Amino acid sequence: MALSNVVETPASGFNFENVSRNVALEGLLEGGHTKAPKPMKTGTTIAGIVCKDGVVLGADTRATSGEVVADKMCAKIHYISPNMYCCGAGTAADTEKTTDLLSSNLTIFSMNSGRNPRVVMAVNILQDMLFRYRGQIGASLILGGVDCTGNHLYTVGPYGSIDNVPYLAMGSGDLAALGILEDRFKPNMELEEAKQLVRDAIHSGIMSDLGSGNNIDICVITKQGVDYIRPYQESEYKDKRQRRYKYRPGTTSILTEKIVPLELEVVQETVQRMDTA
Amino acid sequence: MNTRGLRSQLKDSVPVTGMGQQVGAYGVQDTLRSGFSSVKNELLPSHALELSEKNFQLNQDKMNFSNLRNIQGLHAPLKLQMEYRAARQIQRLPFLQSSHLALDTLKGNDESISFEDILNDPSQSEMVGEPHIMMEYKLGLM
Repeated sequence: MALSNVVETPASGFNFENVSRNVALEGLLEGGHTKAPKPMKTGTTIAGIVCKDGVVLGADTRATSGEVVADKMCAKIHYISPNMYCCGAGTAADTEKTTDLLSSNLTIFSMNSGRNPRVVMAVNILQDMLFRYRGQIGASLILGGVDCTGNHLYTVGPYGSIDNVPYLAMGSGDLAALGILEDRFKPNMELEEAKQLVRDAIHSGIMSDLGSGNNIDICVITKQGVDYIRPYQESEYKDKRQRRYKYRPGTTSILTEKIVPLELEVVQETVQRMDTA
Repeated sequence: MNTRGLRSQLKDSVPVTGMGQQVGAYGVQDTLRSGFSSVKNELLPSHALELSEKNFQLNQDKMNFSNLRNIQGLHAPLKLQMEYRAARQIQRLPFLQSSHLALDTLKGNDESISFEDILNDPSQSEMVGEPHIMMEYKLGLM
């Protein structure tokens, strides 16, 4: 479609042309007693602790959209690099896209330089990106990883603030989880004890917060590798719907079988040479 | 990547101007091409990020060149800007797709992915501009 009023190719990146229209629409909708759909938030409990051998991250699996649970098996622990994982709270799409971009950038970097990325590099990239957009990208992230300098746990806020701490909780259930962590955290914990502590912290977040619920995922990052346990603990109110409704082959029994071979005879044969020069 | 020392370089940032005045001939609002105008639309950004995103790349470049000049002397940003200018001149005509390969390599955009690469990719744009109008605009004849 050729329009004569386009004098330059539009710039890539965010396009703000429809903002005033959207604001006007929002005003119209409110007046007409209809509401615009709310974006899916992860209204979460996420927690992380640094233990002796590595970093343990935990998250619940509920995603809400307004007052409705939109996803009961949401994966909130995102892959960044082989030695780093990131839990995300806030708007679900923002956390996923931001962590995807971070992961791609780090992959390019490690391909270019031949090194495993460090956690500080990931944190700086995130901080630059989130500060540039002044908090419009609603992503609160907990980044944990093991690199050549040790085990690290960082938090990145939606406006670009970072903090390097040994234990951490974010999301709508963070106060409940932080209570458990403050009480029982000790530096240089053993792995099993750390997993149990994170599980208890997420559990208290699930019990005390409406926006968190369903299963608990745990991700253990050590120098040897990553153990992503999903789900670490399933809630007893499980979703009993099957995702697949296909029948197994052999469900209906075969009574008779009749095979009729098709008889073909060659009528005409032509050969055309292809020019493969 | 962002360089630190933003505060000292703020004096070099691009000043705030109006948002896209479409001036036609004789310096008057071009109603035929860009529709009715309102002073509010032109002066105030409709979104908090609109202004900062419009000038983001320019501001980054200015800041980086300033820093480079302070560290290495005048020759360093001069040489770089000369290369940028040369790379910018070898694009195709405005209504055709240019790959910007040399420019991207110089700026370091070939080693990073950001929202500019994902959203509103010019090669996937649904609007096709009129070639003659776009050439006239580019040459300043419009």
